[in-house]
Formats: sequence, structure tokens, C-alpha cells
Amino acid sequence: MKKPNILLVDDEVDFVQTLAERLQLRGFDIHVAHDGDSAMSQMDSSPPDIVVLDVMMPGLGGLDVLKQIKSQLPKIQVILLTGRGSTADGIEGMRLGAFDYLMKPIDIDELIKKINASIRSPS
Amino acid sequence: MTAQSKWLRYFKLNFFNLGDEKDSEDRYRLLHRNMILFMILVTIVPLVLMALVNYHQYRTSLKAEIINPMRVLSSKTKHSFELFVEEKLSTVRFITSAYSIEELANKDKLNKIFRVLKKEFPGFVDLGLIDYKGIQVSYAGPYELLGKNYSDQSWYHEVIVRGVYISDVFMGYRKFPHIAIAVQLGNDVSGSCILRATIDTHQFDNLIAAMELDAESDAFLINDKGVFQTHSKFYGKVLDNCPFSPPLGNYGNYIAEEKDPNGREIISVYTHFDKMGYSLVLIKPKSVILKTWFTLKSEMFFIFIISTVLIILTIFKITSFLINKTRDADERRELAFRELEHSQKLSSIGRLAAGVAHEINNPLAIINEKAGLMKDLIELTSEFKNRDKFLGLTNSIQKSVERCKTITHRLLGFARRMEVQFEVLNVNDVVKEVLGFLEKEYVYRGIDIRLELDENLPQISSDLGQLQQVFLNILSNAIAAVADNGNVTIKTWDQDPETIGVSIKDNGTGMSEETIKHIFEPFFTTKKGYGTGLGLAITYGIIQKLGGKIKVESKLGEGSIFHVYLPKKAPLKSSE
Repeated sequence: MKKPNILLVDDEVDFVQTLAERLQLRGFDIHVAHDGDSAMSQMDSSPPDIVVLDVMMPGLGGLDVLKQIKSQLPKIQVILLTGRGSTADGIEGMRLGAFDYLMKPIDIDELIKKINASIRSPS
Repeated sequence: MTAQSKWLRYFKLNFFNLGDEKDSEDRYRLLHRNMILFMILVTIVPLVLMALVNYHQYRTSLKAEIINPMRVLSSKTKHSFELFVEEKLSTVRFITSAYSIEELANKDKLNKIFRVLKKEFPGFVDLGLIDYKGIQVSYAGPYELLGKNYSDQSWYHEVIVRGVYISDVFMGYRKFPHIAIAVQLGNDVSGSCILRATIDTHQFDNLIAAMELDAESDAFLINDKGVFQTHSKFYGKVLDNCPFSPPLGNYGNYIAEEKDPNGREIISVYTHFDKMGYSLVLIKPKSVILKTWFTLKSEMFFIFIISTVLIILTIFKITSFLINKTRDADERRELAFRELEHSQKLSSIGRLAAGVAHEINNPLAIINEKAGLMKDLIELTSEFKNRDKFLGLTNSIQKSVERCKTITHRLLGFARRMEVQFEVLNVNDVVKEVLGFLEKEYVYRGIDIRLELDENLPQISSDLGQLQQVFLNILSNAIAAVADNGNVTIKTWDQDPETIGVSIKDNGTGMSEETIKHIFEPFFTTKKGYGTGLGLAITYGIIQKLGGKIKVESKLGEGSIFHVYLPKKAPLKSSE
């Protein structure tokens, strides 16, 4: 099975780079964006299979990006990362069409489980 | 600022400003005292003033009321006296006009006239004719006075000069009081004679008796020299010197307040006769005059005392009532303030905690990933030196991150906006379920769990998960607080139409007041070392969001009791 193409969007550079590296080590095709706008432009040029999206970002917030994705590229699966320890953001995100959510700090195995699940699920 | 308002300000400041530094008991006592003083001041002082004014007014008017009749009586009696004397004088004058000197000099004729006179005009004692030399030439009466020479007596000369003479009262030869009236007959000096009549002043006593005085009062006549002309009840006999001295001259009425020789306070009315040198003196002791006044006074005094007592009682009642009301209101307000302050404190601590947790969460995520990457790299590189040691280190880092994550997530949970999911549930069932989670521990420690659940407890609309959390927190605290074989009592009841109550009581260690104050604050814990200090803070937050209330009572060494009140219906809008 071909490893999916994943776009990681988070304003915490250290976090997102490290996470990208770890996922690459596991054979995923990873792209990184540090804010909502660059994420959107990257998606326009080369749409990924899955977007792992931080909810709390300066500028275009995670939920806004999610809305745009769902209106423009509804085929893309979105997994949300929330930093506020609140299920409310996650639930709101899922209402807006996100596949699932994880609370930071994340467990990489958990993330991979969700990624795999999202590929299997019909969008 | 005017002087008045300055004064008022000063007054208010010093009277009602109680100083915040004083402890409240003192403040209320001071306020109580000041209110009583103030009210007594504004009620009793006018009352006293009014009573004094009334007292004087009554006294003055009452005195006038009493003195006026005395004055009238005196004048009336004076007129009677004057009339009496005038009548006698007219009678004598009539005789001098009706009869000639020759007829009057005739002894038989004079005796006849005297007999008629005595019969028609009682009071005449004798009648005599005296010639111009002063010799009694004719006499009718009980005494032998014929031939008596009066030329050396003063009254004789006065008759010669003025034609008429009325004597003062005298005893004369007869040793009882009488007055003499002398009238001149004829015009020329050498031919003139004097007709002299003596009148018994017994009639004076009758006139005085007609005044109908009470036993304590006295009335008598005195002449201008201050000699008694009638008997006095208290002050002397006829012709004694009177201890009272009337004012000089013809003065009409004169009223004096004085002391008599016996030391009695008296009011005396002196009435001077118009034609004669007499004064009528009417004396009443003040004790008699003011008897009505004294009764009135004692009645007034009685009323004054009664009303004063009533006012003071009322003031005391009203002030204690007001003070108690004020104190209650103050206490309620203070309690409300404390509660508000408490919940504000909790919510601001909650926000702070959430902020801190959120800020820590991001670096924590980075640490987690970095450590994860290190672990990945070590695992991929088989010939890595100290491989196992490094794997152990990264694992340890990740475990610590996991621990931190638990804390930050609970912290965030404490303050986060919860999506409360309301459903209809039975609190008894929730309690039993939660007890199920804890069964292992309390059975192991031999703790006696007593259930006093109201079987008819109505179902309520609330959040099952949150309620489980609440009871789990309180119950695990209770179980932690009691010693082995201790007991915990759980009670549920229908509080009122809107709420149900749940209480969880333990006979454990209890808490000090200081502990109770902070018990719902985050990070406050008495379980040194292993508590997060978040359990009851979260419990508090949940109960608030569910629209309920939580209260705690505790005594060190006796145990604690938590009361939870939950609304039966879901609140319309769940607070943040």
C-alpha cells in the first residue's frame, strides 16, 4: 500500500519539523506548512491525501483552514491537533468535517493509527 | 459651607461614623448606643420643654383664676361695709334733719327716737346730743353718760370742722367694739350741737362671715394705722396691731404674696375703702389656693413619667430591632460578597491555570516529539553506543511528558468551556455507580458505607459524566479522610420543588477553618505529595456549570460533610 501524502500545518516550527522527520522515518511522504495561508497555497499546487492541522494558529486559524479545505477540496481528510486540552475544539472540528482530533502532546502511534484509519474511511 | 451644615457634618461624622477599624461587635454596640441617645434627645427634650412651659402656663393661669374671685369677693365685701356705714350715717343724718335741737335735747323725745331707731335699724347702741362746748346734754342708751365732757377729744374737733365724723373701732366705756358716728346740727358755730350715735360692730363680723371663707382663710378690717377693726381668726383681736402693713394711701386693690407671722405662704388682697381710712384684708394660704394646682401638677408629672418610660421602652425596642435588621443585612451582604469573591477568585485562578497549562502544552509537545525522534533514531541505528541507556532516557523523558500532560489537561479541564450534556437521570443510581468504582478500596479498608437514599427521589436533568466526576471526587476524599473501619454516610433527599440534595458525611480527620476556606481552590491539597489539588476545584466548577451549589461543614477530628444541591431542571443557559 502506498504511503499517503501528508501535509503538516503548525506554527510551532520545532514541533512540526520534528514530527515531520519522525513520520518520514516511518515512510510517510510529508510536507510542512507553518501557517494557514501557506498551507492553502501548497494544497492548491499539490493536494495531499491527509492534512494534520493545528487548531490554534496565528492568522488563519485551524478551523478556518478546515472550512476552506472542506469547501474547496472535500476529498482531503483532516486530523486536528488541539493544544487547549479541550474536547470542544475537536468536537467543533468534527462537526465541520474533520476526520478526528488529537490533544497535544500527541502520541505518535496514536497519530499513525488515525492516519491509517482516515485512509481506509471513505471521505 | 454654612456654619449649620458644618455643624451637621461634624455631628454626623462623630455620631454615626463608627470607624471601620473597630471590630463589628463594637460598631453595632456603638451604633446602638448612639441611636438610643439620639432618639432620646429628640423625643425627651421637647417633651421636657413642653412640660415645663405647660407647667408655668398652667400655674400662671390657675393663679389668676384663683386670685380674681378673691379680688371680687373683697370688693363686694368692701361695698357691703361701706353701704352698712353709709346707711347708719344716713340714719343719723336723717334724725338731725328731721328733728330740731330742742326736740333732741328733750330726754323723752330722744328716748322715743332711740327706741324706734333700735327697732328699725339694729346695731345702734346709744344716741346722744352734745352741745358746742362738748358737753353731753341729752342721752338715750344703756349707760350713764349725761353731762360727760368730750371737748378735749379729737373727734369732737373734727366734727366741728368737717360736720361729719366716723370713728375707728374702739372699746370705749363699754368694753366691746363699736364705732361712733357724729353729725353736726345747725349752721352757726355758737348755736350748733352734735348728734352722736354709737354702733355695735358686731355687724362687721356678720359681713365678714357672709364672705363664707374656708377654715384656712381669714378676712378682717384694719385702719390706716394698722390696727385691727375686727377680730382676726389667726392674727389678733380688735385693736391689736396688725402684723400686715397695707400700702399707704388710697390704692383700691392690692395683691401681695407674702409670709404671715406663722410662716405660712399666703396671698393677701388689700382693699382700701373709698371714704373711710379702712382696709379690708383677705388672706388665703397658698396651700389652699394651689391645692388644685398641686393635684394638676402631680397628674402632669405622672403623665410625664409614664410617657417618658413608654418612649424609652419604645426607643429601646425599635433600636434593637433596627440594629438587628442592619446587622442581618450586613451579614447577608458580607456573605454574598464573600461568595462572589470566592467564585471570582476561583474563576480567575482557573483562567490563569488554563493559560499556564496552554503555554506549557506547546513546549511539552516539542519535548515529546524531540524525545520521540531521538528514540526513533536510536532504534534505527543498531550499532549506537549506549543504545539501551539512551532508550531508557528517552522513555523516561516521554513518561515525564505524559505526567505533565495529565496535569495540563486536568488544569485545562478545570477552566474549559464544557459541553454539558443534559439527560434525565436518577442521582441515586449515579451514587451507586460511583461507589462501584471505589468498592475495592473501601472494602479492603473495612470502611462502612451507609446509604440513606430517598427512594422517591425525583429524576433530574443533568450531565451523567460530570456528576460521576463530582461524586467520585468527593467520595474518594471522604474515603481518604476516614481511618480504616471508619464510616461514610451518603444521603439524598428532595430539598424543594426546584432542587434535590445529596450529602456525603465522613467521620474522618475533618478540616480546619483555614482549610475550608481554600478547599475549592486549584492546587490546594492536604494530601502532601500525591494530590494534584484539582479534584475539588473541578468539582466546584462542574457543580456551578450544572446550576447547583456545594457547601462544606467540617470540624477538625470530627469529620466533614459535603452538601451538594442540584437543580431538577437543566439551567436554561449553562454558564461559562
